[in-house]
Amino acid sequence: MGEVRGLTGDEAVAYAVKQCDVDVVSAYPITPQTIIVERFSEYVANGEVKTEFICVESEHSAMSACIGASLTGARTFTATCSQGLALMHEMLYIASSLRLPIVMAVANRALSAPLNIHGDHSDMMGSRDCGWVQIYAENVQEVYDWIIQAFRLAEDPELSMPVAVNLDGFTITHCMEGVEVLDDETVAKFLPPRKPLYTLDPSKPITVGAWATPEYYMDLKRQEAFALESAKGKLLEVTREYARFSGRKYGILESYGMEDAEAAVLCLGSTAGTVRAMAKELRAKGEKVGTVKLWLYRPFPMEELIEALRGVKALVVMDKACSFGAPYGPLCSDVLATFQRFGLRIPTMNAIYGLGGRDVRPMDLSFIFNEALKIAKTGEVSKPMIFLGVRE
Amino acid sequence: MSTPSLFERRFWKDLPPGGIIPEPGTSVRYRTGDWRTRRPVIDEQKCTNCLLCWIYCPDAAIEQTPKKVRVNYEYCKGCGICANECPVKAITMVMEAI
Amino acid sequence: MVALRELTTEERWAPGHRMCTGCGAAIGMRMAMKALRGPTIVVNATGCVEVTSTPFPYTAWRIPYAHIAFENAAAVASGIEGAFKAMERKGTWKGKVDVIAIAGDGGTFDIGIQALSGALERGHDFVYLCYDNEAYMNTGIQRSGATPKGASTTTSPAGKVIPGKPEWKKDLIGICVAHGIPYAATASVAYWNDYITKLRKAIEVDGPAVVHVLTPCPLGWRHDPSQTIRLARLAVQTCYFPLYEVVEGKYSLSIKVPKPLPVLEFLKEQGRFAHLLRPEFEKELAAIQEGVDKNWQRLLRLSGASE
Repeated sequence: MGEVRGLTGDEAVAYAVKQCDVDVVSAYPITPQTIIVERFSEYVANGEVKTEFICVESEHSAMSACIGASLTGARTFTATCSQGLALMHEMLYIASSLRLPIVMAVANRALSAPLNIHGDHSDMMGSRDCGWVQIYAENVQEVYDWIIQAFRLAEDPELSMPVAVNLDGFTITHCMEGVEVLDDETVAKFLPPRKPLYTLDPSKPITVGAWATPEYYMDLKRQEAFALESAKGKLLEVTREYARFSGRKYGILESYGMEDAEAAVLCLGSTAGTVRAMAKELRAKGEKVGTVKLWLYRPFPMEELIEALRGVKALVVMDKACSFGAPYGPLCSDVLATFQRFGLRIPTMNAIYGLGGRDVRPMDLSFIFNEALKIAKTGEVSKPMIFLGVRE
Repeated sequence: MSTPSLFERRFWKDLPPGGIIPEPGTSVRYRTGDWRTRRPVIDEQKCTNCLLCWIYCPDAAIEQTPKKVRVNYEYCKGCGICANECPVKAITMVMEAI
Repeated sequence: MVALRELTTEERWAPGHRMCTGCGAAIGMRMAMKALRGPTIVVNATGCVEVTSTPFPYTAWRIPYAHIAFENAAAVASGIEGAFKAMERKGTWKGKVDVIAIAGDGGTFDIGIQALSGALERGHDFVYLCYDNEAYMNTGIQRSGATPKGASTTTSPAGKVIPGKPEWKKDLIGICVAHGIPYAATASVAYWNDYITKLRKAIEVDGPAVVHVLTPCPLGWRHDPSQTIRLARLAVQTCYFPLYEVVEGKYSLSIKVPKPLPVLEFLKEQGRFAHLLRPEFEKELAAIQEGVDKNWQRLLRLSGASE
C-alpha cells in the first residue's frame, strides 16, 4: 500500500505532472481547471520542478506553444476545458496530425451560451473528431493514474499521438479523495525519457507542416486514422505495465454485473460511480442489471464493447452532451454505429443528462434502470431519446 | 527492399509520419526556369562583379564564381530585377525564343 | 554593417520555391537567411512564404522549419524557446539555438497580434520577422491592418464612392516598443546592408526583437516585377516607410532623408494607387502626403534629429 494523499482532481493532475518530469507546461487558466495551473505554478516557484512553465495569453497559444515545444522533443502538458478547448480546436487537429505526444487534462465543462462553469462533456465531445486519444476518468484516483499512463501511451515510439484525459468539472476537479500515489522513483522508472518520432534538430533539418495537395492530403489522413486505431492495442500494453508498477489494473472499459445482466446502462466519467451504486442496490433486490463504463472513448473500442454487452436485452446510453440536430447524443451514436458494424440489435434508449452540471440524483437513475428493465421485458423503446431531469 | 525516395512514395504507409519533409532543400528538384519569358544576359566586359544582382535575386539564380557572377538559368524566373539594379547596366533582358 | 563579399554564399533559402517572379518577400527571406549566426529554427505563419516554400514534398528550407497555423507564429516560437531552456536546465540539450518567427503582415498586424503581444510580454529570447507586403496577399490581395490609406485591395477596392482603404496603417513598431522589448527596427529589401545588419542585431540581442521589413508585391501592388527593389527604395526616399531602430526604447533613424521625395513618386508607379491620380481624389492624395509628413516629423522628434 503506497502513500495516501488527500487530493482533489485538479491537485492530483498537478501532482502527477510534477512526478512525470515534464519539460514544458503551457496553459491558460479556466474554471474549473485553474487549480491545476495554480498548484503547478507553486511547484515551479518553489524550485520543485525543472519544467519551463509558459503562462500564455490564451488557450490557442497554449496549444501552439505545446506544439512548438513538443517539436523539439520535449515532454509537454497542458490543461483546459469548455471555451478554452473550443478556442484551441484548430490546434488540436494539428497536434494529432503532426503526431505530437502532448498530454492534456480536460476538466470537462459546459459550453456557452449561456455561460456555465459546471461539468458536462460537451467540450470534449465537440472536439471528439480531432484525432486525439480520449480517456475518461471516474474519480481522482483514476485521474492520477491515467495522467501518468497517458504520457507513457502518448510517447510510445510507434504511436506518438496526443492524449486527452477527461475529468468532470467540479465533481472530480474540486472533490477531495484519498489517493494512493506512487513515489517519484517508481514514476521515473515507469516513464523513461521520451524518444521522439522526429525533432527540429539543427543538425538534421526537416520541414514540418508543409501544405499538401489533394494528391497527398488524404493519404496522410489515412495514415493518421491508422495511427489512432493502433492506440487501443498500445493502451492495453501500457495498462498492463502500470499494473505491475502500481498494483492497479486499468484497461479499455470496466463492467459491473454484466455476467448476467439483461438491462445495462453505459456512461463515461464520474456518473459511472453513481450508476454502479444504483445497480448494486437493484441487484441486491434481484434485478438483473449491469453497468459498463468506458475508459477509452477514442479510438472507439468496438470489439470490447460488443463483448461487454453480450447477452444484454436492453441498453440505456447516458450522454453528458447533446449533439444538436443529431439522431442521438455523441456516445449513443457511436454505440449504435458499433451495433450496425457487428450486426447486433440491442434496443437502446439514449438519456441526455447532466448538462451544465445538472445534478444526477438516485431517483433519476432509478428511473433510468426501470426504463431499461421495461425495454428488456417488452423489446420496445417507446422513447428513443430523453432529456433526463428536465422540467417538461 | 529499398525505401522509395521521398518523391516516389505514393502509398500512405510509406509517407513520412506527420507529413514532415525529412530532407532539406528538396525544392531544387523543381526547375522554375520554365516560368520565364525573358532571360537576363550578363555582359562580362561591363560587369564589375559588384554582387548587387547576386544579393537582390529572389531565386538565388545568380551565382558567384571565382571570376564573375553568372546566371543559373535552371531557376531564373526572368523578373528583371538584376537588370534594373545593375549600376553599370551590364545586364540586358532578352525575350526567350518561341 | 557588412560587405557583400562577407556574406555567406550558402543558400539556406533554396531556389525552386514557387514565389512569384520578382517577389519582394522572396528577396526578404533570402537576405534574412544570410543574417544567421548559428543553429537556427524558423517558425513560419501561413502566408505567401509558407505556401510557396513548402508544397509537399518540396521544401525550400535547408534549416529546421515549422509551419503550424496562421495566427500563432509567436506562440509556437515561445514553446520552442521554452523547450530548449528546459532541456538545457535538465542537461538533455547543449548549445544555443536561435528561434526566428517569420510572418506576413496578415499573420502579425491582425490575426497574429495577440500571440505576438503575449510572446513579447513574456520576454522570450527570439526574433520576430514581419515581412510586409501590405495586404493578405496569399489569399488574393485583401486588406490588412498594414494596408496603407488609399490602397485598392480586393476587400477595400477603389470604387466610385470610396477610393480604396479609408484607414491608416498600424504602427507595428510602436506597438512592439510599448512592450518594453530591447530591440525593434524597420527595414527595406532595397537596403540589404541595413536589413541584414539589423536582423543579425535582433538575433544577437537577449530577449525579444522585432524586425519589420517592407517587401513589395508585384502582383498585389500592381507593378512590373523588375521594379521591386526600386519601389522598396522609393518607399524609403519618400519617407513613406522610414527606416529606423528602437534600442531599449530609444529611437534612431537608420537612413537619413534630408530631402524627401513627394510620396506621389512612390504611389504613381503602382496600380493599387492609380485611382488616386484621378482629379476627384486629389484630396485623398493630399491627405496621404500629410500623413507621411506627420509620421516623418514624429520619427524625427523621437530620434532627437533636427528637421
